[in-house]
Amino acid sequence: MEVTQVLLNAQSIDGSVRKNAEENLKQFQEQNLPGFLLSLSGELANEEKPVETRKLAGLILKNALDAKEQHRKYELVQRWLSLDANAKSQIKACLLKTLSSPVSDAGSTASQVIAKVAGIELPQKQWPELIGSLLSNVHQLPAHAKQATLETLGYLCEEVSPDVVDQDQVNKILTAVVQGMSGSEGNTDVRLAATRALYNALGFAQANFSNDMERDYIMRVVCEATLTPDVRIRQAAFECLVSISSTYYEKLAPYIQDIFNITAKAVKEDEEPVALQAIEFWSSICDEEIDILEEYAGDLTGDSDVPCFYFIKQALPALVPMLLETLLKQEEDQDQDEGAWNIAMAGGTCLGLVARTVGDDIVPLVVPFIEENIAKPDWRQREAATYAFGSILEGPSPEKLINLVNVALSFMLSALTKDPNSHVKDTTAWTLGRIFEFLHGSAVEAPIITPANCQQIVTVLLQSMKDTPNVAEKACGALYFLAQGYEDVGPSSPITPFFQEIVQSLLTVTHREDAGESRLRTAAYETLNEVVRCSTDETATLVLQLVPVIMLELHNTLEGQKMSSDEREKQSELQGLLCGCLQVIIQKLGSSESTKYVFMQYADQIMGLFLRVFACRSATVHEEAMLAIGALAYATGPDFAKYMPEFYRYLEMGLQNFEEYQVCAVTVGVVGDIARALEEKIVPYCDGIMTQLLKNLSSNQLHRSVKPPIFSCFGDIALAVGEYFEKYLMWAMSALQSAAELSTHTVGDDELVEYTNTLRNGILEAYSGIFQGFKNSPKTQLLVPYAPHILQFLDGIYIEKDMDDVVMKTAIGVLGDLADTLGSHAGSLIQQSLSSKDFLNECLSSEDLMIKESAEWAKLAISRAISV
Amino acid sequence: MAPHDLRRPFKRAAISDQQKRRELSLLRQAQNRRDAQQQARCLASSILSLQSPVPESEPEPEQPDIDLETAIEAEQESGASSKDLDVRRASKLRGPEVRKWFARQLMLPEWMIDVPDRLSQDWYVLARPSGKRCFVVSSNGTTVSRLRNGSILHHFPSALPAGAKTRDGSGSAQSYCILDCIFHELDQTYYVIDVVCWNGYSLYDCTAEFRFYWLNSKLEESGACSPPSYYHKYRFSAVPVYNCDQNGLYTAYTGVVPYAKDGLLFYNKHAHYQTGNTPLVLVWKDENCSQYVIDTDSKGEIPSQQQVVLELQDNGKLATSDDPPVVFGCLDADMIQQSGLDSGNLLRFAISDGGLSFSDGKLEKADLNYLGKSNRARAFADSYSKILFQYTVRHSPLKIDDLLASINSPDDQENKSCDMEMAG
Repeated sequence: MEVTQVLLNAQSIDGSVRKNAEENLKQFQEQNLPGFLLSLSGELANEEKPVETRKLAGLILKNALDAKEQHRKYELVQRWLSLDANAKSQIKACLLKTLSSPVSDAGSTASQVIAKVAGIELPQKQWPELIGSLLSNVHQLPAHAKQATLETLGYLCEEVSPDVVDQDQVNKILTAVVQGMSGSEGNTDVRLAATRALYNALGFAQANFSNDMERDYIMRVVCEATLTPDVRIRQAAFECLVSISSTYYEKLAPYIQDIFNITAKAVKEDEEPVALQAIEFWSSICDEEIDILEEYAGDLTGDSDVPCFYFIKQALPALVPMLLETLLKQEEDQDQDEGAWNIAMAGGTCLGLVARTVGDDIVPLVVPFIEENIAKPDWRQREAATYAFGSILEGPSPEKLINLVNVALSFMLSALTKDPNSHVKDTTAWTLGRIFEFLHGSAVEAPIITPANCQQIVTVLLQSMKDTPNVAEKACGALYFLAQGYEDVGPSSPITPFFQEIVQSLLTVTHREDAGESRLRTAAYETLNEVVRCSTDETATLVLQLVPVIMLELHNTLEGQKMSSDEREKQSELQGLLCGCLQVIIQKLGSSESTKYVFMQYADQIMGLFLRVFACRSATVHEEAMLAIGALAYATGPDFAKYMPEFYRYLEMGLQNFEEYQVCAVTVGVVGDIARALEEKIVPYCDGIMTQLLKNLSSNQLHRSVKPPIFSCFGDIALAVGEYFEKYLMWAMSALQSAAELSTHTVGDDELVEYTNTLRNGILEAYSGIFQGFKNSPKTQLLVPYAPHILQFLDGIYIEKDMDDVVMKTAIGVLGDLADTLGSHAGSLIQQSLSSKDFLNECLSSEDLMIKESAEWAKLAISRAISV
Repeated sequence: MAPHDLRRPFKRAAISDQQKRRELSLLRQAQNRRDAQQQARCLASSILSLQSPVPESEPEPEQPDIDLETAIEAEQESGASSKDLDVRRASKLRGPEVRKWFARQLMLPEWMIDVPDRLSQDWYVLARPSGKRCFVVSSNGTTVSRLRNGSILHHFPSALPAGAKTRDGSGSAQSYCILDCIFHELDQTYYVIDVVCWNGYSLYDCTAEFRFYWLNSKLEESGACSPPSYYHKYRFSAVPVYNCDQNGLYTAYTGVVPYAKDGLLFYNKHAHYQTGNTPLVLVWKDENCSQYVIDTDSKGEIPSQQQVVLELQDNGKLATSDDPPVVFGCLDADMIQQSGLDSGNLLRFAISDGGLSFSDGKLEKADLNYLGKSNRARAFADSYSKILFQYTVRHSPLKIDDLLASINSPDDQENKSCDMEMAG
């Protein structure tokens, strides 16, 4: 086959020619994969071929090695690994050769393909000579080849994990990269490629950052690069600094003063992309210090892994004025532009983070700026002052802010109605929302909202909901937090007198023609949800009246036919909002017997609507309707059985939705709701549900976060159906057992430990449900063979000493359930277990009441089991 | 390697409302799961605490004015609300509440006011022992009997599974028995008339046919029928159960048993154990098989007129304890006011000379004469079937011959006659 011609045809403007070419390529690939890849790599390496066919050849090669979807990627990796070794080495030789091509597009494409191959082979200990051959003569290479080599190193570091590369190879990579960045390198493109490569290579440099000399050298080169004449290099160098700030926070102390000077200069005078990175450096430091300080607060012993260097606190007197300065650089109409991001926005965001980091200390530094600018004729000054005020509301103590806020509140309310500038009104409404979010609620001692001003606040916010969409959206947000503050206010809420008016205004907002802008409609429904969630019994009848209203809205979305894809997307978004709203209402009304009873008159109709929404088939709505159905099942109880014949297929569809794992996870949760509602009436659907759940567990396509809830769901089902679970016992137990073995030992970072604990909790909840379900059944004997493993699992996680409180409570409960159900059959096993002694005693003396309660239950059950 | 996007959320809440809804759902689900598991755990604890050796108040001495039947019905809850032994609900109860709950767990027969169809095919018959109706629960090495009002009758070791400390093996938390018994004072024996749980195996959802089969095979095997010993304080005995054909009915009616009879019990073979009133178990009696056929008054004498206890409802109507209640009459507002009565009061009436009149098998009119408020020991009004049975006993009783005749009636023989060839 003449590959060049086919590749040219594949880029033809003529659709049929293009299609034909794509067919040819596909056939070639299926019939002879090694031959196909070889001729592509040959095409890429051939200097006589046109640049566009070389690039396309490289792209197709790359796509034959990697894919976004996990399972597809896995397939491709396996296919490459099983390829003939000869063909592979020829392909790799072609790729390496292309790096020195004078055609930069070809070299650059090859570097990406090489990184993909490395990503597959290095973890398998294959292609060990790669890094050496890339670096062997990097100094003698012509500039374009050097650039391609450095790019390759950058991509390679992005592709592979640091633990598959030996330290001496890391050293070589870093040496080459940092030298390429330094001033001695005359070629700008090479310097840029090196700087970008360093960004990816930083994760490999743990050892080098622990070595003072090497770290000093790297830091010096990076800082110098922030001052080069080429703006792309300056930006890339600042990106490196941002990355260093989070990866090597604890190594920064010697450099922080220099970095401040560099960033201050960039913020003041450099081009915006560079200035944005400079601000991001400080935001990133804030992120680090907020995390560390949070850890301090939680851990009274104070021996946190990473010490806090209080960089922000030290930089405060210089940092705050620098950030306040940026606030005055707003763009016109930035609030109407969803994608906007500029120096004023970045500076304001950073100011908010600084406030969270240092707390009270920021207030005296910002107040003069507010006072000076808040009433100025220039809207930029008024907006900047308001934004500064809004930014510092989270972090400082309420005591420090309360006087300021009380003075500002009436000013803000007046500005929201009277300020001529929309941008100022937007920020004012946002600031009011922040006031209510952080300084209003049962936790705050001196209330800022009083019977005297409540009416005015509500009136102003409802009035603002008629303003431009962006202002109205912020007003909705403010109302959201106003309602939230009264969440646990008791039997009587100050919102009650305005409830009807608020609901009516929000519904009016959802019908505005421009409600699609600035996510106004979404904000209105979210606020409606919060108002309902935080309502009291006083307004229960009004919430009930809302049911047919929202039902009618949902009904109206089902009318449209022959919609364009755009209309369909809008329909599905609206359905999502309405299902979400109904979910909140169902949960609210279902929580008290009297309102639940009245609400139930709508249950049939609501369920009918949900089923019709499913019939429209849209994933996002699917999820919202599914969530709402879970709430409905809980409220309905055993009567939910009547909906099952029709609903079941959607339940199954949800469980099969691997791509949108959230949908799958939500559906798994709903299966639990249904099991509890239907109890043994779920039996007819169990075969289908259990089969799908077991399939999901064994799939490597499903996001791992869905697996723990699937195990919990086993427990829900077992508890609901009792000994009928026997049918699935063997399969469920074997899945549980292998997951239990995996989750006993954790090696990894905090995130993995957290996941492992979630997984353990799911496994343990399954065991609990199964034991309890089989209790009092003549089939308890069936569980006896599993007891040794389960006890071993309990002992194992106890020894591991890294379980959280939730797991501890569930685990000790399982011990009790095992003893209770198996009784004397497991008596001696239990007595031999560590869990029944040390672990139980530890739980019995726990401060956590839930753990203690479970432990007492376990103790009782064990004493009975071993008494006979 | 393009520059990296560093946009941060601007003027936005950190968490979307959808995410919030998801998280709230998960919280609710976790809470529901905890509740469900907690209930399951409490169930085991409460079954056990039912026979904990905590001193219980002695059963109140039975009121002399109430015969055994009245005593049984006096306590009956309108059983409609609890169809099965709802142990989950019970697990939430404590102390005196446990007793109240327990009192509602027995299956209560209706009175036989007419003969059910297919008596010989679908029903069992047994001679009911006279004595104290009770639940016997064995668990964790001890046995407790509880009267219908929930108070403890005896606390003793027994040979029932898990009924005494000496027994080995199976006697653990999950193995327990619940038997429906009548304690017969004279020979100090528990006569078992039904079984609800055996050795941890629930028989609630099993048919009477299966329950009796189980009872007959297991009770003997357990040694509970042996004479009393140190580890087995009271003897248990199964009551002979017969198919309700002519022979069976006749044997139950006339046969010699070691106990004093108090009428006959009829069990529908297909019925599950159901708490409260049920028409699938019937009681019938006459002077030959019971000492107590006609209700007595507080002096132990038979009043000249039949007395009934009815509940005063909101609208002045007088109703039975059935669900739905049957209305026997109405009090006018003046009368209610003058007598200081409130809705919910249980009132005693005599049925005067006008008696009860029926139309199409339904009660049309009752000639009632107000006597006063009923004894405070009463918790519930009479049931319709009881009033009618007492009425017919006084006027035109359903006789044993009627029962025997119905078994022989062609109606009852229809299955057999199907096979007959037409000869006409």
